[in-house]
Amino acid sequence: MEKWYMLTVVGADRPGIVARLARELFALGANLGEASMLRLGGNFTIMLMVHTDLDARALEARLAPASADLNLRLHVDPIEGRLHQHVQPEVRIRVHEADRAGIVAEVSEALADIGFNILALDTDVAGADDAPWYVIQIEGVAPSGLEAVAAALEPLRGRGVELGVEAIDTMVG
Amino acid sequence: MAVLEILRWPDPRLRQPSLPVKEFDEELKAFIRDLEDTRRAGPAAVGIAAPQVGRQLRVVIVDCSKTRKPVPNHGHLVLVNPEILAWEGHVLGREGCLSVPDYTGNVLRAERIRLQAADADGSIHEYDMEGFEARAVQHEIDHLEGLLFLDRVVSRHSDVFRRKTSK
Repeated sequence: MEKWYMLTVVGADRPGIVARLARELFALGANLGEASMLRLGGNFTIMLMVHTDLDARALEARLAPASADLNLRLHVDPIEGRLHQHVQPEVRIRVHEADRAGIVAEVSEALADIGFNILALDTDVAGADDAPWYVIQIEGVAPSGLEAVAAALEPLRGRGVELGVEAIDTMVG
Repeated sequence: MAVLEILRWPDPRLRQPSLPVKEFDEELKAFIRDLEDTRRAGPAAVGIAAPQVGRQLRVVIVDCSKTRKPVPNHGHLVLVNPEILAWEGHVLGREGCLSVPDYTGNVLRAERIRLQAADADGSIHEYDMEGFEARAVQHEIDHLEGLLFLDRVVSRHSDVFRRKTSK
């Protein structure tokens, strides 16, 4: 019986990793679902939904030669593959601050306290070695409304955090 | 009342350019009524274009008067043979489409447009539009050229790095 897995792969980035993984998976008869590949701090990272009748251990074993060739670390988890159930984000939040530990915890706790559901979070460290700064972009659903999000994050503004909260009004036509 | 079938991508008819309306007759008015019934029957859509129901005709309907958050708008508009006369600014915004279910994405559109279009009777009007309504019109006019918002989606990551010219 075919099952869904989340395949996680990390390693030093180089050209051709996605092509090799995708080709190997196709050769196994696996089908791919949604995926997110990002380069984080120079590392290749991907999380990829894979649909196959192999069990998790067999899938890992079949991918082992490719991951050894490319010096990648690979991990497989069984998941439920719920496709065609996208949740639309309603609010976008941007946070910029001089880099310091604790920013993500403070922002995400303030949001969790009002029941905000984070659908996507991207963070980046920009600037320079001697003057790094941090960028957070969050999209999600705010059951308590846009004003509640702005109010929950307002206390951070006083501490030198630059904040933007805006509605995502999806135009359907 | 007739609710028409909405074509879904990758139906090739969505890729065909539409032809200008020449006869402003009863048949056109009946079709516009059906198009409006179809727009209202589905998920909340502020616009619909004739090719989305399989008619390659330069007719769109846009109504931004009932959005959750009020936006500048010209009410319920039937736009026949619409032409964008002028463009200004550009802004990213999220779009979805009746013909592309379960997918939304960020699209760059002109912030303000000057639009010329005929109404259902053939009278020509001009509109100065901005923001959400201007976005809806650009999305619908794309349908008349065989374009979908899928052709214009940019990465979610790209708008993080929008350069601000001033603070």
